[in-house]
Amino acid sequence: MHLLYQIFVDPFVQMGTAPDLLAQTLWEGLVSGVLYALIALGFVLIFKASGVFNFAQGIMVVFAALTLVGLYQGMTRLGVSSPAIGAYLALAGTVVVMFLLAVGVERLVLRPLVNQPDIVLFMATFGLTYFLIGLGEYVFGGDPQVMIADQLHLPRGRIDLHLLGGVVQLQKIDITAAVIASVLVAALAVFFQKTRIGRALRAVADSHRAALSVGISLETIWVIVWFAAGIVALATGIMWGARSDVSFALEIIALKALPVLILGGLTSIPGAIVGGLIIGLSEKIGELYWGPLLGSGIESWLAYVIALIFLLFRPQGLFGERIIERV
Amino acid sequence: MRAPGGSAVAVGDVLLSVENVSLSFGGVKAISDVSFDIRKGEIRAIIGPNGAGKTSMLNVINGFYHPQQGRITFKGETRSRMRPYEAARGGIARTFQNVALFRGMTVLDNIMAGRSLKMHTNFFWQLLRFGPALREEVAHRMRVEEIIDFLKIQDIRRTPVGRLPYGLQKRVELGRALAMEPDLLLLDEPMAGMNLEEKEDMSRFILDVNDHYGTTIALIEHDMGVVMDLSDRVVVLDYGIKIADGTPDEVKRDPAVIDAYLGVAH
Repeated sequence: MHLLYQIFVDPFVQMGTAPDLLAQTLWEGLVSGVLYALIALGFVLIFKASGVFNFAQGIMVVFAALTLVGLYQGMTRLGVSSPAIGAYLALAGTVVVMFLLAVGVERLVLRPLVNQPDIVLFMATFGLTYFLIGLGEYVFGGDPQVMIADQLHLPRGRIDLHLLGGVVQLQKIDITAAVIASVLVAALAVFFQKTRIGRALRAVADSHRAALSVGISLETIWVIVWFAAGIVALATGIMWGARSDVSFALEIIALKALPVLILGGLTSIPGAIVGGLIIGLSEKIGELYWGPLLGSGIESWLAYVIALIFLLFRPQGLFGERIIERV
Repeated sequence: MRAPGGSAVAVGDVLLSVENVSLSFGGVKAISDVSFDIRKGEIRAIIGPNGAGKTSMLNVINGFYHPQQGRITFKGETRSRMRPYEAARGGIARTFQNVALFRGMTVLDNIMAGRSLKMHTNFFWQLLRFGPALREEVAHRMRVEEIIDFLKIQDIRRTPVGRLPYGLQKRVELGRALAMEPDLLLLDEPMAGMNLEEKEDMSRFILDVNDHYGTTIALIEHDMGVVMDLSDRVVVLDYGIKIADGTPDEVKRDPAVIDAYLGVAH
């Protein structure tokens, strides 16, 4: 009886008595949700257009962020005195590197494996993951780096909102992350739905041979999606790096994209967003109000439990395409 | 009224010629030493019993397969290896035996995808969907609407093709190929699995396409009656070998063709 009381009554009483704390927690949940959503978005892009689950998406985030920081340090060593110019040059350079990575992946990984079963391509992305880890460590070293957030003129500091009888603190960098994520998502959604290249991407996802027959080149399309996923990875890397630091440990966070994808559906861009937000929110809320019941620390596994429950009842996810086989 | 049996368009020069093409998969010979040509404006049928190598022949023409021997000359240009999208760029469109549409996309988007090659605005305008990209989108949409009217599928333009009945899917696939404004249209069993009414509709569309757009058509078909009514000239394959080539009447009387279709006592 006492346990039921602790589960179903206590947390809500707490929420009611300290609404400012609830608001703060909700905000933090949303912020980490946005970042999960960004990582998931990278997965969805590649999965939608090529049917490949790209295990390397997480490491691409780290690699992009490391490249940005590394290039910036290189610029400074070469004597680029203005931090802003150096930072923006490094940003442009990183975009170029991500493009070259996309071309390289298409040439060396996808093209030789065309028409192979999906599992083969999936395993190939494992290989790509370890290659990128090795390359990153070799070129940039294994030490954590500091993201060049100030040099890129990302806002910092915080806004204190006085509401609900308390103070809710909003970090400016978090607001920026949310805005950038929304813009990216909106742009990608329009791009996929309304333009020729977007249509070609969807066409390739649906049927390779039909796409070929209308003159769509698979090679070009693959380069475009991997490049788009690279840009999303770069945005994620900057935002995440600005909140903590840039290290290979970030890759673990990419695993959080899995429950997000199960929730949202592997093929849905809106699904990645909503899934990310749900996971982010439930982690923070769960930790604060129900965590103490289980000795705390539930933040690290709650997402997977939610995903498991989802798999039981709605395996295609919230927005995923339902798989119907005609017999 | 048009005369029954074949195209009303003036048949002209050779558009595509296949010379001594051989194709094998490991030890299996799918096509051996086949030669024939397709003339501008005609409806050319490729027929033959199951496993005769008809679809393989089509796949060779549009670059899905590369023959081990022989040459293909299209619009005066000879090539040995060509990728499918290069064939598409050169003006060869096709449909598939077992419908290959973009199932998740609407009828409109499917047919618009057929215009991919005709659209040229670059990535950045596309990303913004503004200015030239928008104007281009509108211009091509108008061409696509014409095709939709032509094929009488106005009422299903917004339906995802996965939900359409089979006969309509085949029609949409034809529409997508037409959107490419091809010089040569390859139809792989356009009437397979259809009922009589659907077959008649499809036959009429094929004749109209040939008439209205002057498109050269090469088609594979099982139904002998349909082939005889539609085509100007017929090439007959059996076990990968060409056994006859001529007008429907000539082919019909050819003893080798009768043997291949009816079997022969040995």
